[in-house]
Amino acid sequence: MKLNRRAFIGAGSAAMSAPYVLAQGAGRPKVVVVGGGAGGATAARYLAQDSEGAIEVTLIEPSRTYFSCFFSNLYLGGFKSLEEIGHTYGTLPASFDMNVVHDWVVDVDHAVKTVTLGSGARLHYDKLILSPGIDFVDGSVDGWDLGAQNRMPHAYKAGSQTELLKAQIAAMPQGGVYAMVSPPNPYRCPPGPYERVSMVAHVLKKTNPTAKIIIADPKPTFSKMALFEEGWATHYPGMIDWVGPDFGGDIVSVDPDTMTLSVDGDVLSVDVCNVIPAMKAGHIAEVAGVTQGNWAPVHAGDMSSKLVPDIHVLGDASQQGDMPKSAFSANSQAKVCAAALLSTLTGAPLLTPGYSNTCWSLITQNNSVKVGATYKATEDKIARVDGFISQVGESDAVRERTYLEAESWYLGITSDMFG
Amino acid sequence: MTVGPKRRIKLPETVAAGDVFTIKAKITHHMENGFRLDQNGGRVPRDIIHRFHCSFEGETVIDVALEPGVASHPFFAFEARVPRGGEFTFTWYDDDGMVHTETRSIDVI
Repeated sequence: MKLNRRAFIGAGSAAMSAPYVLAQGAGRPKVVVVGGGAGGATAARYLAQDSEGAIEVTLIEPSRTYFSCFFSNLYLGGFKSLEEIGHTYGTLPASFDMNVVHDWVVDVDHAVKTVTLGSGARLHYDKLILSPGIDFVDGSVDGWDLGAQNRMPHAYKAGSQTELLKAQIAAMPQGGVYAMVSPPNPYRCPPGPYERVSMVAHVLKKTNPTAKIIIADPKPTFSKMALFEEGWATHYPGMIDWVGPDFGGDIVSVDPDTMTLSVDGDVLSVDVCNVIPAMKAGHIAEVAGVTQGNWAPVHAGDMSSKLVPDIHVLGDASQQGDMPKSAFSANSQAKVCAAALLSTLTGAPLLTPGYSNTCWSLITQNNSVKVGATYKATEDKIARVDGFISQVGESDAVRERTYLEAESWYLGITSDMFG
Repeated sequence: MTVGPKRRIKLPETVAAGDVFTIKAKITHHMENGFRLDQNGGRVPRDIIHRFHCSFEGETVIDVALEPGVASHPFFAFEARVPRGGEFTFTWYDDDGMVHTETRSIDVI
């Protein structure tokens, strides 16, 4: 019975406190990766590729097609098709020595080091990587819950929600109102809501020029604020109305039945209501016991959980310090984590970890802005070293170069993730 | 449509006699301080809102001189009490010579 033998060896190697390299004779060390996004897919790929078969890698991801949340705003703006942001997992097992299992992980037992799948199957791990992305905080927007996501879509996990939001924008009456409830910090993709507003404005300017956009925001400032404000004033004058906490942007409730949004007691009838609730680590992180509050604290050197041994947490779900929650960050963290595990499990040399991030945002056609930084691991967190940001008043040529840079990054990261 | 930079004002439409209430007023303005240099090394000329004035039925409620150190989008929140219903007038004075005015009515019940 193959399964029993593996389970036996797994239990044995966990009981011996000898290094994993010694256990190799008895069977390859097992790494299970939960979540096939920018963190998980990258980690699985590099572990499989760089261990050259010395590590047994299993990637578990429920979706057969991954629609990237990054660049999904460009789909809303009409610059990308849904197919262009959709990716499948066929190349990974074909090109690298790894398993891809399409299922949900419903339980993690860190005492015996197993994960349980939705199908009931159980997998042993020596090291577990959780990269589950985000879920929403229940009750964070008064009047909204997941049952309302068809009337008031969040579109903050890409796919059917993004399609729905696009259809609702197209169906707005002339002169209608698009409302966005923006989330509190910290959340996935800090400039994301504002790039989305730019893309919606780009569409409405052509199809529905008398339409209005209102943003209710609990934050007094937001990522690349001066750049977005300049872009909106230049390209979409008079269309976008941002209401910060000065004027009650943090005192919001919605009613999906009447399609109304209340901002500090003022009730508005709206045609589209894009509610982006407060966020927390994907649910499985909570189940695994690696969260504290809404997020999973990790060590800066290897993304290992501060709460549970032999579990690493990547990307949006992790609480690591100064890096924003972005696909670029998750991809960067995944490479550091994979290198650390290769060193632990196979004795490969370990380099000093370094991290980087860049977030590009499209404001109008061929006009992007960016913000980015490099980071290093310190005792208590991933700390920012040095950064850069686009300037107001840049020429069209500079903005177009920035846009082309974003396009090449997309090609790069998706081939990194999916082979 | 409003001409000039966007203004946002919030105060109650009705108020009980004798009640103190909050007025909030904000104007969207870049508040260029006049000390920055442009790409050619020349000085970016100062362009700020230099005065904000609020009156009720001709009587001054608040009159503020703003300096170049004030951040963009100046925001004021202050309290008032009115003896009867009437009209508030809000006026912002721009360095470029423009004067931006808004009015809001209030009833006392």
